[in-house]
Amino acid sequence: MEKSALKMLNRTDLTKRLVAKLKREEAVVGGIGNTNFDLFAAGHRPQNFYMLGSMGLACPIALGVAMAQPERGVIALEGDGSILMGLGCLATIGNLRPRNLTIVIMDNGLYQITGKQAAATAGATDIVAVARGAGIANSHWVRDEAHFEELIERRFDEGGPILWAAKIDDKPGVGPTIRDPALIRNRFMKGLGTGRGGALDA
Amino acid sequence: MGWSEIFLQTLKDNDVRLVTYVPDNVLTPLIDGVTTDNYFMPVNATREDEAIGTVAGAWMGGMKGVVMMQTSGFALIANALASLVVPYQIPAILVVSERGTLGEFNIGQTLVARVMRPTLDTLGIVHHTLTDESTLRFIVDSSIKQAVTTQSPVAFILSPLLTGGDPVADGKLRS
Repeated sequence: MEKSALKMLNRTDLTKRLVAKLKREEAVVGGIGNTNFDLFAAGHRPQNFYMLGSMGLACPIALGVAMAQPERGVIALEGDGSILMGLGCLATIGNLRPRNLTIVIMDNGLYQITGKQAAATAGATDIVAVARGAGIANSHWVRDEAHFEELIERRFDEGGPILWAAKIDDKPGVGPTIRDPALIRNRFMKGLGTGRGGALDA
Repeated sequence: MGWSEIFLQTLKDNDVRLVTYVPDNVLTPLIDGVTTDNYFMPVNATREDEAIGTVAGAWMGGMKGVVMMQTSGFALIANALASLVVPYQIPAILVVSERGTLGEFNIGQTLVARVMRPTLDTLGIVHHTLTDESTLRFIVDSSIKQAVTTQSPVAFILSPLLTGGDPVADGKLRS
């Protein structure tokens, strides 16, 4: 489907729909800025990881989680500006082919959080075409909300790597995440069963 | 055992299975070692910051990992260190094959080599320059254990004194 013919969706809405479908303690890595604000706003889960900085590394971080825990579904939520910063990771993932990794790109064609400056994705660049070219054959544009619901009605621990990209509007995320990296990491590891809190977690 | 075998065995002794890397001549015996040994999970990354992200994710998922790069690659990772590895307290193990010193033909490499240690010091990242096979196992083994126990990254800089340097670069220096 041509990018220009896609329905304009909303990040907050899509993120809520996705989180509502997660029933198997899937790990979700939320990219910097609006992407993880909306993940946090959709309702915190112990298996959520929120990035504060390191723009562009949501997919590499999610790949690491997926390799360490091959039985767990892992989802990377990333913005178009962020994935443009590190397109090479799509080639790495396209070659390694982790079956438990799903990437969702929220593509507003903008650097929304820094003042809505245009990104390359507003012009000629098509993220789904890039991902396919990088070796992630199972890469698709999300046509509309119903299509997204259809796509996420699945297990996330098999069938990957998958990339879905959604054209979204220019709205900001709905709220900031708690800005405490050590706490975020600690809680995420507890959620993945890899923490060492022991009695401290009681 | 040569330096590369000692290094890889010490990784195994410490359950370090994930190896993400961007290739380099000096790293070749390490890369060959991890890609031909089923114990290791190699990831041929496209950039050094990507390689760090994957090791960070794996640590949180319960798997220890090491990132291997050349000196020039170190120049790409300041943000990944300052906004991911250090504040999130990730015991990433960094291995940097040292270019830019002891016979370097490329001025760009010499400048990055001078930036490397001050950057690590500024970020409070423990680093050791490995020069000698006889102390290699002790330094690497104890430092990995310290990194994991204290939830802090550690960097090992592979000096030409240990590795013999990059033969291709050396050829250009002398031609």
